[in-house]
Amino acid sequence: MALWTPDPTFYASPRDAAAAPDERYAYVVAFDRQAARPDAIAVLDTDPASSGYGGVVGWTELPTKGDELHHFGWNACSSALCPYAPHPHVERRYLVVPGIRSSRIHILDTKDRVSPEIVKVVEAEELARRAGYSRPHTVHCGPEGLYVSALGGANGEDGPGGIAILDHQSFEVLGRWEMDRGPQYFAYDFWWHINHDVLITSEWGTPSMIENGLVGELLLGRKYGHRLHFWDLRKRRHLQEVDLGDQYQMPLELRPAHDPTQTYGFVGVVISVEDLSASVWTWFQENGRWQVSKVIDIPAEPADPADLPDLLKPFGAVPPLVTDIDLSVDDQRLYVSCWGTGELKQFDVSDPFKPVEIGSVRLGGIVRGTPHPADGGRLRGGPQMVEVSRDGRRVYVSNSLYGAWDDQFYPEGVGAWLAKIDTESFTLDKRFFPHGDDFRGLRPHQVRLQGGDASSDSYCYP
Amino acid sequence: MTVATALLLGAFHGLNPAMGWLFAVARGLQERSRDLLLASLPAIAAGHLASVGLVAVVVGVTGSLTTATVLSIAGGVVLVGFGLWRLLSKRHFRWVGMRLSLPQLAGWSFLMSSAHGAGLMLIPVFTGLRPAESAEHAGHLAHAARSVTAGLGVAALHTVGMVVVAGVVAVIVYEVAGLTVLRRAWFNVDRMWAVALVAAGLFTLFQA
Repeated sequence: MALWTPDPTFYASPRDAAAAPDERYAYVVAFDRQAARPDAIAVLDTDPASSGYGGVVGWTELPTKGDELHHFGWNACSSALCPYAPHPHVERRYLVVPGIRSSRIHILDTKDRVSPEIVKVVEAEELARRAGYSRPHTVHCGPEGLYVSALGGANGEDGPGGIAILDHQSFEVLGRWEMDRGPQYFAYDFWWHINHDVLITSEWGTPSMIENGLVGELLLGRKYGHRLHFWDLRKRRHLQEVDLGDQYQMPLELRPAHDPTQTYGFVGVVISVEDLSASVWTWFQENGRWQVSKVIDIPAEPADPADLPDLLKPFGAVPPLVTDIDLSVDDQRLYVSCWGTGELKQFDVSDPFKPVEIGSVRLGGIVRGTPHPADGGRLRGGPQMVEVSRDGRRVYVSNSLYGAWDDQFYPEGVGAWLAKIDTESFTLDKRFFPHGDDFRGLRPHQVRLQGGDASSDSYCYP
Repeated sequence: MTVATALLLGAFHGLNPAMGWLFAVARGLQERSRDLLLASLPAIAAGHLASVGLVAVVVGVTGSLTTATVLSIAGGVVLVGFGLWRLLSKRHFRWVGMRLSLPQLAGWSFLMSSAHGAGLMLIPVFTGLRPAESAEHAGHLAHAARSVTAGLGVAALHTVGMVVVAGVVAVIVYEVAGLTVLRRAWFNVDRMWAVALVAAGLFTLFQA
């Protein structure tokens, strides 16, 4: 049943959202690399006043195995307040959780319970039949329904990847979003400038290029994605592609400004094949054309080949591997995770073309293995998925990237952990470090915060 | 009586964020321009008028071809049915994005008003407009013309009520209150609206 007043977690503007109360729980997907046990949604207690703080307090296992839960999102968010098609009386209640390997999409109810309950599973066949896609990835609650990006084609096709639309209420797959995809073939992340009717997509690779690990020849041959695509959100048509240059392999996470009057955003690039550096780029519009400019460069760190996994031995260096970035709701801070070198960087991006690094936390890393202050041992894995609380005061990072890739870069095991950083002092919270057995042998990936976070909501009012 | 009802229903429609004031505010905020907010109002009013006027014309023409009882029963049944559908349906409407020209905005307003049954809600008023002397004194054509003119007058009056309230709300929200108020004050008008449609339908049936 619909609500009488808007869901209290919907905010008209990013300014209002920044004043939201602290999250009480964090939802984390965790998957079993062996596919021998079901993947799960773990619920963490994020209330510092609670006795269970920093622990796993809820756990919901899937009925199936081998799904490889990866990214996920909410059924509804602040975009429900948008003026041209308002439906503010729906509830932010269901988590929409795709399995990137199984192509199943799970719907979990979080209302009035700690451990969510699975209420529906959209089978891979439905996604294939209705939308022609597989390997569902990023979920955003948008004006026309739920948008879910997918990396692969269906019915034996490797590509193109694209976006499927799901109904807000029934979660049925309504179809393929693209009316005219132009030259776009690779898919990965997407988001939008909602008040400008512009959608942006980034590129990773097709399932055959990623599912069994990073393919060295493809990388050195510059065959992974290196472009951004700009689309007409209303007409669902491709408008323009922007090539970063084929040395810049894998532009992944897209973080548009939350302020709906703005038309810039940030994208992180995993690796440059010229020097193994990672980079962050700003996109912007000039004279009606979309353009990009490299604003952050993070160099590789020289290392003894003996300390490196086979894949990296020939290079004698650790690449930073920027695999996730996140922009605070007030658009003032950008967090960049360097999964290879084991570092989370904090940038002041009040001028989006001149980011200034103002903080750094070392944690894990292929060579360094920097320990967490709560547990003295050498730490495997590195900061990977980053999530920022709506008020911008807390950052959560988890350590696993993607099953097959974890094994290549951290062959001794990537571990399982999740850390929290106070953004004011930019230090790790010693009381918050669920790790090891807390995740029951599974690897944690994306984190979503109760009520919304910095990468979950779009706002239509400045 | 008719004038007051038309104006009050207009005010009720004007209060509904989905009928346009919220869109006008958003357009104003996006460009930081109160002028753009104000310029949006006539377009929204035009679309609303077209939607309500269409129902007035249909009722006027139909009314000249049939008896008052049949008209009221038919109108009442349509209203109750539409109201129940609005009450129970979970469909959300979406035709456009954020960047609209003024004519497109008028089109949006027309579609939004029609989908919400804004004109239908006035059916009891329109059916009550049947001139007393009725068909035995005048031809069908003259009668139809008279009912249609009266109906359009009511629709225009209604729209004035709607746009004045929508305009006042929009300016207050834009200038003073801010959109934070939405979080608490955005009462589920859709459900109330659906109930109002059903009530209007029952009233029309009762008239018959």
